[in-house]
Amino acid sequence: MRTSDWALRGYVLLVFVFVFSPVVMSMIFSFNSDRFPTIPLGGFTTHWYETIFADEDFWKAAQNSLIVSLCASLIATFLGFCTAYSDYRYTFRGQGAYLGIILLPPTIPLIIMALAMLAWFSKVGISGQVYSIIFAHTVLTAPFAMAIIRLRLNQMDESLEAAAWNLGASEWRAMREVILPFCLPAIVSSLFLTAAVSFDEFTVAWFVSGLNKTLPVHVLEIVQGTIDPQVNAVGTLVFLVSMTLVIIAQLAIFFRLNRSAK
Amino acid sequence: MNEPLVVLDGVQKNFGDFFAVKRADLTIEAGEFIAIMGPSGCGKTTTLRMLAGLEAPSAGDIRIGGKRMNDVPPHQRDTPMVWQSLALFPFLNVRENVEFGLKMRGVSTAERRRRAFDWIERLEIGEFAERNIETLSGGQKQRVALARSLITEPQLLLLDEPLSALDAHLVIRMQGVLARLQRELGITFVYVTHSHSEAFAMADRVVIMSQGEIAQIGNPREIYRTPANRFVAEFVGRNNILTGTIESSDTDQVTINSVIGNFSAPTEGIHQEPGSLASIVIAADMVRITREATDAENTVVATLISEEFVGSIVTLFLEAADGTEFKVQLQERALTDLDVHAGGQFHLSWATADAHLLPENNG
Repeated sequence: MRTSDWALRGYVLLVFVFVFSPVVMSMIFSFNSDRFPTIPLGGFTTHWYETIFADEDFWKAAQNSLIVSLCASLIATFLGFCTAYSDYRYTFRGQGAYLGIILLPPTIPLIIMALAMLAWFSKVGISGQVYSIIFAHTVLTAPFAMAIIRLRLNQMDESLEAAAWNLGASEWRAMREVILPFCLPAIVSSLFLTAAVSFDEFTVAWFVSGLNKTLPVHVLEIVQGTIDPQVNAVGTLVFLVSMTLVIIAQLAIFFRLNRSAK
Repeated sequence: MNEPLVVLDGVQKNFGDFFAVKRADLTIEAGEFIAIMGPSGCGKTTTLRMLAGLEAPSAGDIRIGGKRMNDVPPHQRDTPMVWQSLALFPFLNVRENVEFGLKMRGVSTAERRRRAFDWIERLEIGEFAERNIETLSGGQKQRVALARSLITEPQLLLLDEPLSALDAHLVIRMQGVLARLQRELGITFVYVTHSHSEAFAMADRVVIMSQGEIAQIGNPREIYRTPANRFVAEFVGRNNILTGTIESSDTDQVTINSVIGNFSAPTEGIHQEPGSLASIVIAADMVRITREATDAENTVVATLISEEFVGSIVTLFLEAADGTEFKVQLQERALTDLDVHAGGQFHLSWATADAHLLPENNG
């Protein structure tokens, strides 16, 4: 192999080390018996995990996070699908602006978004509830759902839906028998990806959640008080959950798209 | 009175300012094989889509089986289509694709499976029944698409350039399959294509369209031998078109005068005033080519430009003194005594009876 190939491999490896070492450190320290994260390490312990599992606040936050990410991903994927399909199916005035507005939320700084949502939710009296976080996360993640599903629809043979009508399927039936099955890999991918984004999201959740903390908000509260290795344990768990969701999302889209693109 | 299976009565379709179909009047009898052909953008596919209900006519009526179909949505018709892209469902296997039409009609699982297998066998793709669509070759996919459209045993099958994606040798084979199916089933085929060979090889009648209008309807022989206008004469190819002013015209014969000589053609009942412009068409295979002058009725001297071989048929391209182009088609073995080489001078001649006067006065 040529030198440049080795150089490239080395470079990629360095990037991965740089990106993942803090996370790996946090995982290692979550099993470290010392109170302060220093090297050399102390003994091995599961004490910090036992502490958080015994903590009612942690369970409450975990429950909130799960409910929020599940609901937000379902609603966002539904909205994303409807938007992508309407863009695919129809040609109308202002279609470009329609897409632009839908894709806007991820480009707005999170802190601005969070403040705006808090202000708005308070005004209409829906702030500080679990469903407030669900609303907020739906807004944040729907653009991703739309983008993934739109990509899939663009790969569809233009005649496919008309072929279903032509063979006796009504518009709703064609939706069920052709469009949805064709988009299934993208829908699955979207569900997992939006769930992962929601599960991780801190800023907006912190502003609108009130007393209903999600896990990332809970983590911050631990850190604010003292240096507490519990945070490493919680962090490790959150990281594992979101990585799993993202990987499933990637697998769903990668395998299915590859198979039917041929 | 028994109405034909399909009637297009003054059908028009516009998309804003663009008239895809300006006016189409056409009747199709049950059991006919109709080819609609023309250059791209001539309105042939739009006409087919209107028959399937995928477009609604802007004016005029479409009747199928005596029933006005203008506002009947596609899924309530039984007008299956074989798509140019085939449009097979990639997430279903071969059998599930074929079953689709019956499933939509609520046929029981056992019944539709049985009928799907019948069609799969009939189209000789039995061994692929449970295979994924992606693993099939172009010709096999084509057969799946046919089986999927035919399973509801419709009266009318629409085909939109179905063979355009296939290799040349497969096209010939599938033409055979299509023609045989059509004969055996007695189903009416409406076949849209831009390929002369496909249309003329299979169709009972050919509809030639140009710029949203029907230029001629006739059996392949009529289209070849008696083109209705200049567009058709040029579109079917291999025709020589000569234009001149009418010198004399009696009940049987018309003579035109052009720079390269006087030529005659039967009037075919059309009267045109002496002095007006007229065109006559002589098919390339009706022209004789010789080295020596002949005493034939119509003769031209021309110089050979090039030759083109397709199988055993040769087409010679020649040019008369004023630049008028001539095409002569003959059997390859007829060339041996002719000593053809580019730049050579030849005498072209044809019988008056083989010339065809274009009915319209369009010069």
